[in-house]
Amino acid sequence: MAKQRPTTALGKTADYLDQRTTIGVLVKELARKVFPDHWSFMLGEIALFSFIVLIASGFFLTMFFEPSMALVRYEGDYPAAMHGQLMSAAFSSTVNMSFEVRGGMLMRQIHHWSALIFVGSIVVHMFRIFFTGAFRKPREINYLVGLTMLILALAAGFTGYSLPDDVLSGNGLRIIDGVVKSIPVIGSFVSMIVFGGEFPGQHIIPRLFTLHIFVIPGLLIALIGLHLFLMVLQKHTQYPGSGRTDRNVVGYPAAPVYVAKMTGNFFIIAGVLTLMGATMAINNVWNYGPYDPSPVSAGTQPDWYILFVDGALRLMPGPGWEWVIGGYTLSMNLLIPALILPGILFTLLGAWPFLEARVTGDHREHHVLDRPRNRPVRTGIGVALFVAFVICALAATNDLIATHFSLSIFAITWALRVLIFVGPVFAFWVTKRACLGLQRKDRELVLHGHESGRIVRFANGEYVEVHTPLDPQEVWLRTQHDVPRPLEIKPAMDARGVRRKGYRSDRRWQKLSEFFYEDRVERATPAELAAAHSHGKHDEIEAKAPAAVTGSGGAHRKK
Amino acid sequence: MKALAARRHHRLAPVVLLLLALLTTGGVYAALAPSTANAETVSTADIETGKKLFQANCATCHGANAEGTDGVPSLVGVGAAAVDFQVSTGRMPMQMSGPQARAKPAQFNEEQTAALAAYVASLGAGPAIPTDEQVDATQGDPSNGMALFRTNCAMCHNAVGAGGALSEGKFAPALWETSERNIYQAMLTGPQSMPVFNDANITPEEKRDIVSFLVEQREGSAGGNALGALGPVSEGLWAFVIGLGLLIGAAVWIGAKSS
Repeated sequence: MAKQRPTTALGKTADYLDQRTTIGVLVKELARKVFPDHWSFMLGEIALFSFIVLIASGFFLTMFFEPSMALVRYEGDYPAAMHGQLMSAAFSSTVNMSFEVRGGMLMRQIHHWSALIFVGSIVVHMFRIFFTGAFRKPREINYLVGLTMLILALAAGFTGYSLPDDVLSGNGLRIIDGVVKSIPVIGSFVSMIVFGGEFPGQHIIPRLFTLHIFVIPGLLIALIGLHLFLMVLQKHTQYPGSGRTDRNVVGYPAAPVYVAKMTGNFFIIAGVLTLMGATMAINNVWNYGPYDPSPVSAGTQPDWYILFVDGALRLMPGPGWEWVIGGYTLSMNLLIPALILPGILFTLLGAWPFLEARVTGDHREHHVLDRPRNRPVRTGIGVALFVAFVICALAATNDLIATHFSLSIFAITWALRVLIFVGPVFAFWVTKRACLGLQRKDRELVLHGHESGRIVRFANGEYVEVHTPLDPQEVWLRTQHDVPRPLEIKPAMDARGVRRKGYRSDRRWQKLSEFFYEDRVERATPAELAAAHSHGKHDEIEAKAPAAVTGSGGAHRKK
Repeated sequence: MKALAARRHHRLAPVVLLLLALLTTGGVYAALAPSTANAETVSTADIETGKKLFQANCATCHGANAEGTDGVPSLVGVGAAAVDFQVSTGRMPMQMSGPQARAKPAQFNEEQTAALAAYVASLGAGPAIPTDEQVDATQGDPSNGMALFRTNCAMCHNAVGAGGALSEGKFAPALWETSERNIYQAMLTGPQSMPVFNDANITPEEKRDIVSFLVEQREGSAGGNALGALGPVSEGLWAFVIGLGLLIGAAVWIGAKSS
């Protein structure tokens, strides 16, 4: 039989391309790729699509922005407060693109709102990854790629925030300058190199511009590619449920289901960002005025994602922390909050997958996500980090809290200084207890069923409440997880009574492991389940369990 | 001359001369005397009314003759502008002691406030209430006002006058609702924690420029809702509440459609 030729225009084009690129193989592979379905898997999508909006709006802005610190006089009539003032070309072009360029204000505002949402969605996405254990083997590398992108996103945000050369961002740069200078030995040199001389100098804006529009987005695009490639290669994780194992993926094919969903989501995201840019003012730099090192206005704060560093700086006591050693000043009051603290945070986040695998003694692959309750210590530490972040962010807004809630700014600072130590520990404890409580509830439900509210009296006068047994899917959800135990290590002495090398290190890991897994709730075993179903006199009247397990509808299953 | 010469011995001539002399002295004095003490025409009756009001409402703290008591300032020499600012914004009489007196609905009407101001002004020379022309925002230059505000005011009052915190529960109030006259008077008299910006420091024209800049801010922001003009914190908050709120809501909706 002769080979069939395509007849439609689309078919002919596709065939033309396929004959030259064999793209059909790729389409065939990707289009039928199965992805699991859950709303929380779309959080990363928000980050991706807001990044696309950032690139598009940023492209527009570069057409009108002039990255120069040359002194010019603003001749535009709007805003009236800027007319005739001396300013840098960077500031002047920012004001000009906002007031004179058609659509410029809208594009600037879309760009800035998208930046806030971009970082925000990355953080929320990372919460999902952390709390569900999606960083476990084989995804540690992709987790690190994601963490690197978060740091790059912060860098992109900060460099962009500084570009207009206004009083507000200039103050932020001044703080960065102070932080850089606090680095022992090399600080002053690094600051001189960064600013091309004494702050603020003539070079910082063009340098930040290159970083902001070329280096950082370039790296981000490359890493996004790697992130998505690894995601496709390793297949997406899925939430626990009957039929879902570490060896399969239950979901829908990319085409047409996810193509449609993603396209829709892109338009929703672009629409919301445009709406925000059109109706909500953001970063009106002409209110702050062109940068001048002398004024600092009240309410000077960085964008939200840098707030925690600003807050840590505000919480840190000043006196007594500036150590003069041999004529050299060591500013611990800057080093600790601005460098050591974020350093610890990002090191902990980066080390987490490896740390957790080590204390769990777990080298298996995981494709089914954890329910946060089943990992009480991980969930507790995540919540504690979040609480510490919020406390630091609140500290950075202490002046606004003071004016809006009629409080004394000193009282707020002192309360937060205590809370930064107490709050995370308390949050950890509460979260861990809540997780264990939820596990007990799960166990209780599996063994005894749902309370039906039906009270029955026996002939002998005894009252019992009838419990409805869980259907098999509900039971599966509550019993599919591992309950890790603390590490077991070899004894301190070997068979001949000689002290074993490496015992101490093993013991330390074991102690950490005990911290993680000492408190635990065992899941209900089949034997326990069977026993629970056969005990008690009320068995005879127990409500009938649903007859059959209903299948997962139109779900496809991939080998 | 003949007529004048003929009447100079009239018995009323000394009286007329005396009146003319008094008039000249008064006129010269009025022209040369510092005008700050009596920019408004005040009558003795006003001062009397003011004194009565003062004794009934203010003397408990400021003393029977406004000489001040322990921890309460003397009002001799503060001028009419200070009284008008404090009383017309309701800060005085003070509702309760605290880190600082708060603005509230004024307790006295305009006439009573003017009488109180006249009484306090009569105790010693001080800054007078500015004229309408001095505080006319339309005659000011907002650009120059912006530059002055940024250097002198924004560190406490925020870049566009949205207010800010000071130490120990004190605060620099928001200036959205403050009248042009009151803004001018505050600069002139330095109420509470605020420093005095006298006419040598910031000239009357420059004060008017600042008023003009602040009034311009009330027209709203060019880019849409100003979100309180509080800067990146309120922007971040709304990015989460509105932006991520809507987007996560949409994600839940898309995710719920199929499962």
